[in-house]
Amino acid sequence: MTRKLLLENDHIEGIRTYDVYRKNGGYRSVEKALKTMSPDEVVEEVKKSGLRGRGGAGFPTGMKWSFLAKPDGVPRHLLCNADESEPGTFKDRYLMERIPHLLIEGMIVSSFALGANQSYIYIRGEYMYVLQILEKAIQEAYANGWLGKNILGSGYDLDLSVAPGAGAYICGEETALIESLEGERGNPRMKPPFPAVKGLWQRPTVVNNVETIAAVVPIINDGGDEYAKIGVGRSTGTKLISASGNINKPGVYEIELGVSVEDFLYSDQYCGGIKNGKKLKACVPGGSSVPVLPHFLVCKTATGTDRLMTYESLAEGGFETGSMLGSGGFIVYDEDQCMVKNTWNFARFYHHESCGQCSPCREGTGWMKKVLHNLELGKGKVEDIDLLWDIQSKIEGNTICPLGDAAAWPVAAAIRHFREEFEWHVNEPVLSQTRNFGLVSEKSFITQTV
Amino acid sequence: MSEDAKIKITIDGISTEVAPGTTILNAARMIGGDVVPPAMCYYSSLEGSGGKCRTCLVEVSKGSEKDPRPMPKLVVSCSTPVMDGMEVRNTTSARVLEARKGVVEFLLINHPLDCPVCDQAGECHLQDLAFEHGLSKTRYEFKRREFDKVDIGEYIKLHMTRCILCYRCVYTANQLTNGREHGVLKRGDAAEIGTFIEKNLNNDFIGNVIDVCPVGALTDKSFRFRSRVWYTKPMDAHCECTKCSGKVVLWMIGDEVARVTARKDAYGEVKDFICNECRFEKKEKTDWIVEGPRTISKHSVISANHYEREIPKHTILLNKA
Ligand SMILES: Cc1cc2nc3c(=O)[nH]c(=O)nc-3n(C[C@H](O)[C@H](O)[C@H](O)COP(=O)(O)O)c2cc1C
Ligand code: SF4
Ligand code: SF4
Ligand code: SF4
Repeated sequence: MTRKLLLENDHIEGIRTYDVYRKNGGYRSVEKALKTMSPDEVVEEVKKSGLRGRGGAGFPTGMKWSFLAKPDGVPRHLLCNADESEPGTFKDRYLMERIPHLLIEGMIVSSFALGANQSYIYIRGEYMYVLQILEKAIQEAYANGWLGKNILGSGYDLDLSVAPGAGAYICGEETALIESLEGERGNPRMKPPFPAVKGLWQRPTVVNNVETIAAVVPIINDGGDEYAKIGVGRSTGTKLISASGNINKPGVYEIELGVSVEDFLYSDQYCGGIKNGKKLKACVPGGSSVPVLPHFLVCKTATGTDRLMTYESLAEGGFETGSMLGSGGFIVYDEDQCMVKNTWNFARFYHHESCGQCSPCREGTGWMKKVLHNLELGKGKVEDIDLLWDIQSKIEGNTICPLGDAAAWPVAAAIRHFREEFEWHVNEPVLSQTRNFGLVSEKSFITQTV
Repeated sequence: MSEDAKIKITIDGISTEVAPGTTILNAARMIGGDVVPPAMCYYSSLEGSGGKCRTCLVEVSKGSEKDPRPMPKLVVSCSTPVMDGMEVRNTTSARVLEARKGVVEFLLINHPLDCPVCDQAGECHLQDLAFEHGLSKTRYEFKRREFDKVDIGEYIKLHMTRCILCYRCVYTANQLTNGREHGVLKRGDAAEIGTFIEKNLNNDFIGNVIDVCPVGALTDKSFRFRSRVWYTKPMDAHCECTKCSGKVVLWMIGDEVARVTARKDAYGEVKDFICNECRFEKKEKTDWIVEGPRTISKHSVISANHYEREIPKHTILLNKA
């Protein structure tokens, strides 16, 4: 049976309120950390746990924390990234909505570990009702002495507040988030300097995802070693997956890292298989920014081994035949879905969300969108496919922030695996407007590598 | 390390020594010539500028003496500091040239490309860039982005259609005035320079946004369409001014002062910003002490005075030998 560390109590009536949360073991980790541990010991536990950032990049959290600069007399900050705007990702919302105190508890322990006395939760503007839930929970935490001055008589002070964004995906990028929090236009900054050295108001700052911070709670309660026992290799612990698309049971699932993709997709415990008995066509396993996988590379890797829900296994084969765990937005497409249309839809999103600072992303995203729209409408040319490839290759790696890459990768992957379908849109302009292409033919990657 | 310690950098096989903290771009400018990457948004005197246009991307083939690993991605030379022993490839890297070609194309897809009717033609950095790195044919088949022209006050015309969003005017307005102003409204390719400049109009130095603008998006209304710039004669001149250095360039048509600008260096950068009074009010030759003709050092359309590529001279040399 799968162990749940974050959503273990999400079904309990009233768990959103302080009293019920506390009665079910809430805030134990704060007691343990503040009364029996030093900040460095907390960091050490997180390092031992092997926890990796759940916001998308998967950077080891303990290591990130130990990079935080600590110049004398300069305040430090912890920022929680609750901007969650990646298409296909909706796990943070579920967590904050259901168990807001879990995030607050994690924020207290993490802030203590980092020596931060003023922390913020930056939440996307569209989550206004979640913001209200969080604010209520924060008030309860203050009223019960978990926030404010001299928490639990430990001498540690912490103030926590929530700040809403105004509907820009780019403000989820950590330096844009910092700019936005400072009241500036949400343009990503150039790095270096990294936030760990110069972040919010030029002070050392750590930015972590909601789920990352929540995971600190079980890590402190049970110990980092215990957490690291779950999972496979460098993918430790549990992960929230937002499952959506043509599946029988869409929703947020907490999985132990290491379950097989096949199990996740088809077992009744999770997605419950493809809806209406249709066939699987494709899957985007980690949110709209990661490469799409064609049906034959979803449950198996190119070398024929079982693909697992881990950072490493989903990335096996690189961009040629693999993808990424990303933020865990698991989007499933059945045989009736059009990959050209889907790619256009993603391109539309990135075009709309580009901040416009750097030329390749500002101009390239709009160009790709327009070319893809023509292809989708059956008005494209075969050269358009090569043009798209060329445009994405000139955006990728050449921009200030990773949004440029995130816009380029889905286009590259779609052309790499679904070129047949793109060409069909060109060659069958009328037919392509009335039905879908179906599955692409299976390429034998194994024979290619031998 | 002592104060004047120098570190070594090699760009396209040419080595020099620079002070620690120098950027790759500035090191390249010290060497000069072909190793200097083009830069459309970086402006030495404007804090925070650079990193946006991506034309100055270079390849770092050796990180430093201590850590010789190459950098995986191309880096922006305007904002990447030199490390001791670093090796950089600009025009010798096929990757750089390919990426740069891409950037130029991105800058041009939504650009009107009507230099013949644009007031900036002849002294436009985008024109120079396109001339050197661009394709002669467009691959963009869609309607180009267009904006209405706006008057931002008495002296300046903003034509967003030509803007490349380099943010230079934003930093100029921010840094020459005290109030914090947001310069760019909206995002992505819908972004535009906002009316903030109007608010700054009473500022004595706002005219400088015209000089920092690399393209024809911000132009001097007192000069607009009076003459093609290559029909004017640039003269260095100065005057006693209580607000600024008074060092300017007069752009003359015969004995008439057609336009006054600040002095730009070889990279189009102004070191001494000038005040509005010098720029817009002093339009008589008697207002100025003329020093002599100014040579425009950067090879550009204006100094070449023609649009064709330079004809290679080596055949002539061979005949002589
Ligand atoms: C365009 C863009 C949007 C992002 N949006 C989010 C987001 O909504 N939530 C998030 O946690 N991280 C987001 N990230 C990643 C953050 O920059 C950052 O890496 C993350 O918050 C770090 O937290 P972690 O180490 O806990 O994963 C985004 C990155 C980019 C480039
Ligand atoms: S890559 Fe796109 S979103 Fe990121 S800084 Fe550049 S223009 Fe803005
Ligand atoms: S701004 Fe420059 S490139 Fe654009 S039309 Fe004017 S002269 Fe030509
Ligand atoms: S108006 Fe000119 S200076 Fe201002 S951002 Fe546009 S191109 Fe740059």
